[in-house]
Amino acid sequence: MYGGGYIFEDPKNTESATEDSVKLRNFEERIAAGEKIEPSDWMPAEYRKQLIRMIEQHAHSEIIGALPEGTWITRAPGFRRKLALMAKVQDEVGHAQLLYSAAETLGKPRENMINDLITGKSKYSNVFNYPAVTWADTAVIAWLIDAGAIINQVANSKGSYGPYCRALERICVEESFHLKYGHDNVVFLATGTPKQRQMVQEALNRWWPPIMHFFGPSDRISVHTETLMRWKVKMASNDDMRQKFLDMYVPKIWELKLTIPDPKLSKNKETGLWDYTEPDWDEFKRVINGDGPCNKERLAVRRRAEEKGEWVRKALMKPDERYTVPLS
Amino acid sequence: MSIKSIDPRITREKLPEENDITPLKEIHHWQTYEVFHQAKTGDHHIHVGSLHAPNSEMALILAKEQYARRYSCINLWVVKTSDICRTTNDEEEIFGTTPDKIYREAGGYKVMDRINKFKQK
Repeated sequence: MYGGGYIFEDPKNTESATEDSVKLRNFEERIAAGEKIEPSDWMPAEYRKQLIRMIEQHAHSEIIGALPEGTWITRAPGFRRKLALMAKVQDEVGHAQLLYSAAETLGKPRENMINDLITGKSKYSNVFNYPAVTWADTAVIAWLIDAGAIINQVANSKGSYGPYCRALERICVEESFHLKYGHDNVVFLATGTPKQRQMVQEALNRWWPPIMHFFGPSDRISVHTETLMRWKVKMASNDDMRQKFLDMYVPKIWELKLTIPDPKLSKNKETGLWDYTEPDWDEFKRVINGDGPCNKERLAVRRRAEEKGEWVRKALMKPDERYTVPLS
Repeated sequence: MSIKSIDPRITREKLPEENDITPLKEIHHWQTYEVFHQAKTGDHHIHVGSLHAPNSEMALILAKEQYARRYSCINLWVVKTSDICRTTNDEEEIFGTTPDKIYREAGGYKVMDRINKFKQK
């Protein structure tokens, strides 16, 4: 699960000017024709840089995204739910592995990516800087955050970089179980006792602002991404993805007679689009830059995992091995 | 100050809010392997991706966890990336079938004209 709307740097079009114009034209023609770019193909430096950034952050989001829900494994209500949650959390960690491998094919070794994560240099999806306060939070995360992730990942799986698209296809299959599992949990609580309904309503209230942040800043204020769209690195605008999400899931939330904490939320009959209160993008920026409720905890847990695993990795390592960039 | 979490297990760990960690070096997460899977009997093995492992035995275990969690799979191969020999993109033209090698194609053998002429005789 992942929200990939906010991760791009303003692409420096000037850099493209220094690229070999014949190669660049050939590259853009291939992409326009729907061909995939493979690791050993020529690609502009800016394309490589933005892809590494995007896939790496996606991988970090998966591995950090396992933490808020992972917290609840030991306290899951019932054995079946515990098994299902363990399977989901393991899926997320597995997704990180697939994505790190895809990013590595572009030339950044995995260890450098992990270093950048645990030192706070790289970002990950902002939603995981919020805590899962009750069991109902895990239900809302598994249903709605994963739903957002699927919208994002299905779009990206039609992108231009072969290894990333292939990893995403595999990931989307697994996410569809997460979505059904999350929906099942939400429905169970929403159709249960008043206390259970209250739990899931409170969780929804807590998670609605992060969910609205999930697809990234409004197109009006986000960086220009025309080049990235032409290169099929970014596949849909942040607002388009947010609208798609609202279209698909608001009716499903309302049918459970849950309320969404946004009085302005309604479908505009004229435009066919959803009207909503503009999310607080200042809070979004503040949290993504480190000042959220769980940023420190997430990185501390990740650092401890690296420290605790070190002796195992060392014990199994052969001193004369050399790293090789994976093929695809 | 150590981290206070809503998860009691994390609070008990007394994790420092900041600490210096020795940066990982290349190879600390082991070398790479390429993974091939066979979906069902009679199929070719197909390349599905790569992973990091310290040896081929571990690579197989991790391949099952990473690449055989969904879809059908009956068999896995792993091979160290560095052991794979491959052609480069510059060599792509060696795979082009040159038109003058028509004698290697089924379409290079047209006998009907001769047969028809023979029958008319």
